[in-house]
Amino acid sequence: MHMKDRIYTNWRCEIGADGLAWVTLDKPGESTNSLSSSVIDELARLLDDFESQPPKAVIFRSGKAAGFIAGADIGEFSGLDTAEKGIELVGRGWHLFNRLASVSYPTLALVRGHCLGGGLELALACRHLLVVDEPSTRLGLPEVMLGIFPGWGGMLRLPERIGPQAALDLMLTGRTIDARKAKRLGLADECVPPRVMDSAAAQLVSSGQARRRLPLLQRLLDGPGRALVASGARKQVARRARIEHYPAPYAIIDIWERHRGNALAAPELIDGIVRSPTARNLVRVFFLQERLKAFGKGSSFEAKRVHVVGAGVMGGDIAAWCAQRGLTVTLQDQGIERIAPALKRAYSVWGQRIRDERERRALIDRLIPDPEGHGARIADVVIEAISEDLEAKRALLARLDGEIRPDAVLATNTSSLSIEELSPVLARPERLVGIHFFNPVARMPLVEVVSAEGTDPEMTQRSLAFVRQIDRLPLPVRSAPGFLVNAVLGPYMLEAMRAVDDGIAPETVDEAMRAFGMPMGPIELVDMVGLDVAMAAGRSLAGKTAEPPRCLAERFAAGHLGKKSGKGFYDYTSGRANKAAAGAIPAGLAERLVRPLLERTQQLVDRGIVADTDLADAGVIFGTGFAPFTGGPLNYLRSQHG
Amino acid sequence: MGFEPVYVVDGARTPFLKGRNAPGPFAASDLAVHAGRALLIRQPFAPTDLDEVILGCASPSPDEVNIGRVVALRLGCGHKVPGWTVMRNCASGMQALDSAIVNIRSGRSQLVLAGGVDALSHAPLLYSPAMVRWFAQMMQAKTIGQKAGVFAKLRPAALFSPVIGLLKGLTDPVVGLLMGQTAENLAWRFGISREAMDAFSVRSHQRALAGRAAGHYAEIVPLVDTQGRVYPEDDGVRADSSLAGLAKLKPFFDRRYGKITPGNSSQITDGAAWLILASQAAVDRWRLEPLGRISDSEWAGLDPAQMGLGPVHAATPILGRHGLGLADVDLWEINEAFAAQVLGCLAAWESDEYCRENLGLPAALGSLPQDRLNVDGGAIAVGHPVGASGARIVLHLLHALRRAKARRGIAAICIGGGQGGAMLIETV
Repeated sequence: MHMKDRIYTNWRCEIGADGLAWVTLDKPGESTNSLSSSVIDELARLLDDFESQPPKAVIFRSGKAAGFIAGADIGEFSGLDTAEKGIELVGRGWHLFNRLASVSYPTLALVRGHCLGGGLELALACRHLLVVDEPSTRLGLPEVMLGIFPGWGGMLRLPERIGPQAALDLMLTGRTIDARKAKRLGLADECVPPRVMDSAAAQLVSSGQARRRLPLLQRLLDGPGRALVASGARKQVARRARIEHYPAPYAIIDIWERHRGNALAAPELIDGIVRSPTARNLVRVFFLQERLKAFGKGSSFEAKRVHVVGAGVMGGDIAAWCAQRGLTVTLQDQGIERIAPALKRAYSVWGQRIRDERERRALIDRLIPDPEGHGARIADVVIEAISEDLEAKRALLARLDGEIRPDAVLATNTSSLSIEELSPVLARPERLVGIHFFNPVARMPLVEVVSAEGTDPEMTQRSLAFVRQIDRLPLPVRSAPGFLVNAVLGPYMLEAMRAVDDGIAPETVDEAMRAFGMPMGPIELVDMVGLDVAMAAGRSLAGKTAEPPRCLAERFAAGHLGKKSGKGFYDYTSGRANKAAAGAIPAGLAERLVRPLLERTQQLVDRGIVADTDLADAGVIFGTGFAPFTGGPLNYLRSQHG
Repeated sequence: MGFEPVYVVDGARTPFLKGRNAPGPFAASDLAVHAGRALLIRQPFAPTDLDEVILGCASPSPDEVNIGRVVALRLGCGHKVPGWTVMRNCASGMQALDSAIVNIRSGRSQLVLAGGVDALSHAPLLYSPAMVRWFAQMMQAKTIGQKAGVFAKLRPAALFSPVIGLLKGLTDPVVGLLMGQTAENLAWRFGISREAMDAFSVRSHQRALAGRAAGHYAEIVPLVDTQGRVYPEDDGVRADSSLAGLAKLKPFFDRRYGKITPGNSSQITDGAAWLILASQAAVDRWRLEPLGRISDSEWAGLDPAQMGLGPVHAATPILGRHGLGLADVDLWEINEAFAAQVLGCLAAWESDEYCRENLGLPAALGSLPQDRLNVDGGAIAVGHPVGASGARIVLHLLHALRRAKARRGIAAICIGGGQGGAMLIETV
């Protein structure tokens, strides 16, 4: 039998004159490869075939431009309704990759583009791992972000390959690394440019080279030193995730420490993780994120130039972020002195984040100070981010409307004014959209794309595509005070301040919500937003008649504006809040504080501000950091009643 | 009668930043990019619509050797727009304009970004040939013993006395004179006094300050460095420049006995200047509104030891071709490499003997009215980033002519090595 005669649906096998088998994964009808059950089954058959007639060596590669393998097929997770199915799923990959790891002929994974989760576990089971030095090459085991663990050998082989500390760090954070880092860590044997990847793969797999041995210290840590490493890792994780919210990272440490990475040795752990509400909810969050991403696909619009007016913190950060995402950006404000601080901030962030000097220089070149606003005329997207002053914004938008290209997106980053108030000054009011970023732009994944009654759908589509282009998650919302995110945060922060008025210490209020799973307490959030902003927002959201919380009004009257003034509910030294220890948390406090947020979210869905409950959950999670393991506020509400 | 005019559509430059004994905040390509991008965003065409980018630079650093191409790519002109670099010492920027003119007139290009740049504060320190030989031996040494042998031959004196690249550039390689010494020659020949030079220099600073106050330096695009510091204007212009102050400075080039001091010389400076040049067809296609046009240009050669008289040799034939006298030109820019050198040019034109013997004229050409010369100051005040100056004076002259509602001007520059360049500029 000749290998090339065998027909596989997902795999292609070509044997060259030199006897090397090039095995290409190319799932039909998909733009990326995932390890679905049919891919796994076929790989098993392929290994059977190789067993009957061993090739000289095998090179695994991808037929997709996007990358190697994105991971397991997450869609199959939803069918795991019994403990047996979970164990069966883990066992399938675990046994197959063990078999791959023990074949007699040399194997190599040629990794170009993403290589994640099960994809990396496959690559780790090969004798050699070759990475292609391109920015799109990313390797990692991000299972923990879906509330599960890398059960197909990742917990066994990654520590063996790069040492337990680096491996645990990758598995517990879910973070990915680039090709060069993979080489540095010893994960990859070699890192080469695409022009020589094929010949490098052929040479490396035929070299007869054994894999690099771990340094002695790392071998000790992966052996007798395990308990020590595990306890250090548990402490690290405890700082970021509570076990009752996120059991998976703790399970990863346990399985590595006690079972050498073999989850099958701890079936009770498998069931506790795979069928946990956390895993179910995190998988749900993953699909919500995919849904937000898909909003960008409704238009082929692709911006090349962006013009931002207003070089304050928001405008400057939006401009810098767009430049970082490859766009040419002109940044306008009244005079170069007003623009310079924004440039300084961008340069300093890039100085830390962007290692490559040429790339950094290219970013600096693309972010162009433009005090006279010449860039507006040629921009594809024009974003207004000046102070929240209705008349100033109207005057600016009217002027821009006359200058910019008729097909350009004209957007406001307003958080407190409505599209309807701003758009009448335009010749075509329907062109105005809201593109509402959150602070800090580089860290907040969500961007609200706001349309009003009558907004040109084409402009909304373009805005959504633009937000995706700069790698943010677009959420379409209707124009209404506070849109979605600020509208749900308002009553939540208000209730938190009422609790302070009731005599509960701010520290206790914050701790209650952190224990609930929020990334930051509501009182600290008020300090960060600014007490002045909270006062103003309170008035516009709650109406002028509502009394502001006493604790807020008093501090505001005393001139304490929060983090920016160094004093608010907390005192700040070098940007950090000085908090006293939290008191005992009164029973039901978290429920009391979160209820207004849940109710407001439901109201906004009912009023059509956001299209459905899933999108509301997505928006609140990605816009506020609302405890992701709950699956979002409305999912949480349902689970409480369900 | 010169040539078909080539239009100047627009132009911009960086502030000229004085060298302060350490590399300045911007590399040469940074300066050219920052001025160029600000110029390009205000055009009705995209950077990719340019036909070519030509940049004059006397001392590009080793990592930006063809700096014209580096800058074109960094400006977003795309892979398809060619970029190249020209070098004619102090007239490199003017050479870039002239090269653009030639290509536009030949029909090869319609729309060209041309200018000049230098970051003299980044001029390298070089190893002496002795040190280079030592490194070569070290590279060839294979064994530790051989390496030790070569190491023992190292002479610290050679290691710690690098060749200063900038001084090399400012020394005539044929006659071996520093540029300032060639200016001393002119002072000697025409009897120019130290007081006259210093007075000329004080006036240059005063005119630059007055020009700045009157808004005559709108050609400058402010720079922001990586620390967020803003550089809004030329930083070598001194409000406190005075005759008494300048009189205290010691002669620098012919020490003790000479007259040329740092105070009556142009300043070592970093800067870039750009112009956009266009054919009639490009003007029509993009509906450009030209500032003016360059109607004629001329290059001349003369004794390197007298290089400062280059403007006389280059401008005189242009005047002849157009039937003009010195006073028929509304405004003049003669680059101020040295006060003695500009004053020497004026003296040469006033000298029957010089004009007869060197310019083939029957008698002296006459006097150039100084109220028409460098009306907003010159390189003594604003600085002389060698490659950029030729482009700067053409750009500034155009704006000055338009402000004065005048018609015609000549920009001329002296060139180390014994050359001169000049361009006849007209408003439209």
